Amino acid sequence: MNVVFLGATRGMGRALARQMAERGDGLFLLGRAADELERSARDLDARGAAGPVGTARCDLEVPEGFGAALDAAVDAFAGAGGLGVVVVTAGVFATQDALEDDPALLERMLRVNFANTVLFCEAARARLLEAGGGTLCVFSSVAGERGRRTVVLYGASKAGLSRYLEGLDHRYRGRGLRVVTVKPGFVRTDMTEGLDAPPFAGEPGPVAARVLRAIDRGAPVVYAPAPWAAVMAVIRRLPRAVMRRVRF
Amino acid sequence: MPGVRRKARGTLEGWGRQSVAGSEVRSEDLVRATRDAPLSRGLGRSYGDASLPPPGAPRAVNTTRADRILAFDERTGRLRAEAGLSLFELNRVLMPRGWFTPVTPGTQFVTLGGMVAADIHGKNQHAAGDFGDHVTALRMRVADGRVLECRPTLEPELFAATLGGMGLTGHILEVEAQWERIPSPWIHQYSRRIDDLDAFQQALVDAAADWPFTVGWIDSTTRGAHLGRGVLMCGRWAEPSEAPARFPRSTLRARLPVDLPGWALGRTSVRAFNELYYWRHWRREAEGLVRPEAFFYPLDALRDWNRAYGPRGFTQYQCVLPHEAGPSSARRLMEVLTSRGGASFLTVIKDFGREGPGLLSFPRPGITLALDIPVRDDTQALVDALNETVLDAGGRIYLAKDAFTRREHFRAMEAERLPAFEAVRDAWDPSRRLRSALSVRLFGDPA
Ligand SMILES: Cc1cc2nc3c(=O)[nH]c(=O)nc-3n(C[C@H](O)[C@H](O)[C@H](O)COP(=O)(O)OP(=O)(O)OC[C@H]3O[C@@H](n4cnc5c(N)ncnc54)[C@H](O)[C@@H]3O)c2cc1C
Ligand SMILES: NC(=O)c1ccc[n+]([C@@H]2O[C@H](COP(=O)([O-])OP(=O)(O)OC[C@H]3O[C@@H](n4cnc5c(N)ncnc54)[C@H](OP(=O)(O)O)[C@@H]3O)[C@@H](O)[C@H]2O)c1
Repeated sequence: MNVVFLGATRGMGRALARQMAERGDGLFLLGRAADELERSARDLDARGAAGPVGTARCDLEVPEGFGAALDAAVDAFAGAGGLGVVVVTAGVFATQDALEDDPALLERMLRVNFANTVLFCEAARARLLEAGGGTLCVFSSVAGERGRRTVVLYGASKAGLSRYLEGLDHRYRGRGLRVVTVKPGFVRTDMTEGLDAPPFAGEPGPVAARVLRAIDRGAPVVYAPAPWAAVMAVIRRLPRAVMRRVRF
Repeated sequence: MPGVRRKARGTLEGWGRQSVAGSEVRSEDLVRATRDAPLSRGLGRSYGDASLPPPGAPRAVNTTRADRILAFDERTGRLRAEAGLSLFELNRVLMPRGWFTPVTPGTQFVTLGGMVAADIHGKNQHAAGDFGDHVTALRMRVADGRVLECRPTLEPELFAATLGGMGLTGHILEVEAQWERIPSPWIHQYSRRIDDLDAFQQALVDAAADWPFTVGWIDSTTRGAHLGRGVLMCGRWAEPSEAPARFPRSTLRARLPVDLPGWALGRTSVRAFNELYYWRHWRREAEGLVRPEAFFYPLDALRDWNRAYGPRGFTQYQCVLPHEAGPSSARRLMEVLTSRGGASFLTVIKDFGREGPGLLSFPRPGITLALDIPVRDDTQALVDALNETVLDAGGRIYLAKDAFTRREHFRAMEAERLPAFEAVRDAWDPSRRLRSALSVRLFGDPA
């Protein structure tokens, strides 16, 4: 399958893109830093991606560039089976304290994780429908499932994103667009470096394997690492009065 | 994926499990992470304190997330990759395509950076030299903050000091090296029982002429005439005509789930293991095809096997004794071990054919012995006695394994080579920003 990837340079995106490359998928990378894109593209080439992996600049902070970046990918796949999957792992994180202290950082986080990610997905959705359908896989977070005292603001950005993706899936699945919402629990990447890891913290490789299966099946929601599915099943059902008291 | 073990909060440990206060920061972005760091470390497979930060700057960079292949030329085998990429991953990706590392250590859970910094050697040292002999370029962050490329012809002193330099000359960011084509992914192995240590040394030298890979395991618990009896193993890559068409299955890898108590590898069990290992090879000779994993990485089959030594951990003592010192020097060394009641769980013997390419590379022509010694109250005295024997023979020790050597002994062993190495550090890092727990202990760096 042919995949356009926003966020393949690091973390879970790097791991997922590699697993796709190793089974011979075609890849096209979007991201904000040209040299990082280039290095990741060569890594994926060496690991077996179909054809040379192409790249185009695309910064989640600059929505004006989304259309052109996606078109570059569509063009690259034109003659090679066309566009099939769009994956978005790009996103930003900051602690609740940092976001409370810095309104500019907060505004940027909300814009990147919610507004601009939605804008990117809209542009991707249009192109996937034009290609006759496909899969849009976007990384949200378990942090968006309930209001939690430790991740109020970041959680809100992901809650909004999850609702959007849910609605999108309902609206377009009949026309062949499958939306896969990924809800990672704590995963050890640069994003979480220095934070205290809770129980069930995971590594990017196994998370990526689980997400890839979900993409192949078109599962609408996937929790990863696996134990988080059970953890969140409980947390979703906790009464508000209990949620108010829990410390995580 | 291979992981780095972290012990209690706020401490870091080497593979031998002795720990220091310290922490590590992991990042995909080595250029950023190494900016003010004293040391880089990879998968922490060095046994002693080589990968541990000094007390005065306790935060090391863990490179393992910087793991991209930047270029691999399928026609020539030229590889360039980020320094945290593991050999395990490289083997997984490149072996099925017919490429293997020119030199491999006895575990694949090492990083490219660690292979360069220790200038590691393998079973083919007599034929292929060290890993550093196959490194064509390095990208480094040096002490003054610059990021630069070095090669045998570009900043040659820095390049030579970095091969085997134990991370003390700069942070290795990228490694370029020449990979080797293999005719098949199978090893043709020949093995033979050997009766004593003198015969062993001769057998290794003889086998070197015919086999690209040779190594011996010796029973460290037998004394007297049979001291140093063991099994010699030789190997070469099998030709396609001899090898099965299928790719060998990976059997990796069970984990040792808990720390075994300290007595588990006590004298009696070590003796039993060694006896068993020797007689398992009940035929005098054996020959056949084996998987490369079984040949090169027998210990990787049980992950975290270092936990078998219990909480006090163990030390590996590896030295090389020059051929000029004669075969009796290896015997003297083994006698020091056995006379003190020491028993090594696994003792490995191998001949080295040439001097390593780095200013402080471990290998030189001679016989190398590696002993695994559980840490006890008398370990320091034992290592001191072993070091005196090595000094007498004009030999040296392997820094990637060492935890107990005293500064005086190290300085005496390296009297000839150390000045040139320290001169490079004086030129590139006069205030010794780059240092490790090992360099504080052995080189006299500021804590
Ligand atoms: C089971 C086993 C078998 C082994 N067999 C052999 C063998 O046959 N031959 C052999 O030579 N060795 C052998 N070793 C030792 C091992 O190969 C070396 O210690 C190697 O350096 C470990 O690599 P690492 O990535 O774990 O490095 P670490 O242990 O993390 O670090 C080792 C040294 O390299 C430095 N270093 C690591 N990365 C960088 C970097 N990016 N930039 C600068 N400095 C860096 C560290 O500062 C440290 O001084 C064996 C070890 C084990 C556990
Ligand atoms: N790690 C966790 O525990 C966790 C938990 C729940 C949810 N998540 C979510 O999962 C996703 C992936 O997380 P991760 O831990 O893999 O993150 P990561 O390691 O920090 O990687 C983030 C990726 O996003 C890209 N990116 C960031 N800002 C961008 C921008 N403005 N424009 C374009 N690309 C940008 C980065 O590219 P550069 O190379 O340019 O930096 C990088 O490739 C994120 O959406 C995160 O919120 C993570």
